[in-house]
Amino acid sequence: MVRSHVLICGGTGCTSSNSTAIMEKMKAELEAVGLQDEVSVVLTGCFGLCALGPIMVVYPEGTFYSRVSVDDVTEIVNEHLVKGRPVKRLVYDETLSGDEILSLNETGFYKKQHRVALRNCGVINPEVIDEYIGADGYQALAKVVTEMTPEEVIKCILDSGLRGRGGAGFPTGRKWEFASKVQSDKKYVCCNADEGDPGAFMDRSILEGDPHAVLEAMAIAGYAIGSDEGYIYVRAEYPIAIKRLQIAIDQAHEYGLLGKNIFGTDFSFDIQLRFGAGAFVCGEETALMTSIEGKRGEPRPRPPFPAVKGLFGKPTILNNVETYANIAQIINNGPEWFSAMGTETSKGTKVFALGGNITNTGLVEIPMGTTLREVVEEIGGGIPNGKKFKAAQTGGPSGGCIPASLIDTPMDFENLIAIGSMMGSGGLIVMDEDSCMVDIAKFFLAFTVDESCGKCTPCRVGTMRLLEILNKITDGNGEMEDLDRLEELCNYIKSASLCGLGQTAPNPVLSTLRYFRDEYIAHIRDKKCPAGVCKSLLSYTIDAEKCKGCTLCSRVCPAGAISGTVKQPHVIDLTKCVKCGACMEKCKFGAIERK
Amino acid sequence: MKTLAELNAIRDQMKNRVAARREVEDGIRVVVGMATCGIAAGARPVLNAFAEEAAKIDDGSVIVTQTGCIGICQYEPVVEITLPGQEKVTYVKMTAEKAKEVFEKHVKGGTPIAEYTIGAEKK
Repeated sequence: MVRSHVLICGGTGCTSSNSTAIMEKMKAELEAVGLQDEVSVVLTGCFGLCALGPIMVVYPEGTFYSRVSVDDVTEIVNEHLVKGRPVKRLVYDETLSGDEILSLNETGFYKKQHRVALRNCGVINPEVIDEYIGADGYQALAKVVTEMTPEEVIKCILDSGLRGRGGAGFPTGRKWEFASKVQSDKKYVCCNADEGDPGAFMDRSILEGDPHAVLEAMAIAGYAIGSDEGYIYVRAEYPIAIKRLQIAIDQAHEYGLLGKNIFGTDFSFDIQLRFGAGAFVCGEETALMTSIEGKRGEPRPRPPFPAVKGLFGKPTILNNVETYANIAQIINNGPEWFSAMGTETSKGTKVFALGGNITNTGLVEIPMGTTLREVVEEIGGGIPNGKKFKAAQTGGPSGGCIPASLIDTPMDFENLIAIGSMMGSGGLIVMDEDSCMVDIAKFFLAFTVDESCGKCTPCRVGTMRLLEILNKITDGNGEMEDLDRLEELCNYIKSASLCGLGQTAPNPVLSTLRYFRDEYIAHIRDKKCPAGVCKSLLSYTIDAEKCKGCTLCSRVCPAGAISGTVKQPHVIDLTKCVKCGACMEKCKFGAIERK
Repeated sequence: MKTLAELNAIRDQMKNRVAARREVEDGIRVVVGMATCGIAAGARPVLNAFAEEAAKIDDGSVIVTQTGCIGICQYEPVVEITLPGQEKVTYVKMTAEKAKEVFEKHVKGGTPIAEYTIGAEKK
């Protein structure tokens, strides 16, 4: 009889900080005290609070242990599992209130979250199909194939208002409807698991924590459009996700939940994996399908849209991992349940990967329409080190920066576009006052320059030219006319590029120009970087009043640029200075100034 | 697997395991003292009895958990039961048999068994 469950995170983050060894030790220790039949140890998917990993949660109490090490395991077993005394020094401090341990749902990080797509992540063992079934898994597929017509399934998804979670936000039901109406002897269902935005990892977490949810949804999609074959295009850089997907596919086959005549009906469906080599452009739908076909991953013009002519020239639907993770629950709970969440035009929830200058980094799932302020201040726990919030970047290289003045914007598809950013796949990078917005634009543009496939000129050449102008500005050689050149070029690239990559690549530049034009001007006219990031525009000087002549700075200077005698003020030779800032870090008297 | 019945059979068998891992609000809490004193007095069979009974109720609304020493070691095994919105009831000198009875009458029926409580013991 199992009375306690020890859940250990087996997501990529916690695995890299040794959670597998913790699980092994836990099993061994439980056996040593004879509790192996009473306490079950479960390796789960991601809990979301990756900054605090490795994470362990003990149910039914719901005690949340953070930063657990292998050496802590014996104590947890002997104290908590044998004697019922949680090991307080390891309990996540936000759940500690005096002597009491609060429920995880009462902490800032989880309180405002609403988990739909991440429902089973951190709850079930993703490598055991029975656990997914125990969490109502495959009920939706059973209902769909035995009780519903394909039209009813599509209507249900349409009514729910679900929109694609991969970036553009196209209504999922409409996509399915198009593909269902095209007559063809063969159709395909594809899953876009080629998550490439820097900092976004929600798709990986779903694949690692709840792979069957994706398989079930793909089979439902197959039934809806009349397809019997599916492909999941997943990055080869996601080894844990690939392993668990393969296990899940094998188990689903064994149970007859994939394969021929599912639930004794005429419906058959099979899923194969295809591995991407990590090209960002392969997240674009036509490039992705070209890559599955075994060709070089390059986009092609649309129309024809994939719903008409997609993979191997056949009608195809392609949805993102997170989109699929919502499907079974919409079928089980009804479209009204789903459309009750979110805003007028954006229903349901969205998973964001929270990163950058923020206390709680990790995955958060919130109803659409939650404000950026709630995410940053309440869920994210604010900006560390007492710094001020400056901007948040959403949508990765396709998105833009939201300035502090718009922090109360409710985040949904339309609002984010209106303020010059976009939902994208849900990366959310928080920046404090020490971030230079020109440098941020440069970072994302350097990424798109690297990742541009080179097929169309506006993207291949245009983004490179943009980057060159930005480099010129941050090197201190910018002219005021460059700002107009940037804007003009951005608009050309947006309107003339072949695929989404090029069409959205200028967004980081345009949005920073819109909200932080004064910073660009400071770089150009005053030759200053207000945030103190762009090295060419910085100079370090020593305040003779404050300098005590301790010689520490001259000893740490890697360029030998600081000279002076003991107990006399030192000076920096600006011609030799490499602007590394080592002297400033070491000075105990605050005598070194960066301007 | 060819039928929904087969799927449901697996689900029903697994449901409790998975349900026990979600945070439950407004659940009935059964807390068994499992410190050295409790274990020595036989708290483990009591805990297991409660856990077994709770598993028979399918919906995961009863949370059986353990705690450390409550401080009344002479009365161990001690079990505290809290129904939503009600005062905690403390049972003392529990056994597995008493546990089953308490589960039936108090947890499921809503009526505490006064003679097993700490109030009755102290008189």
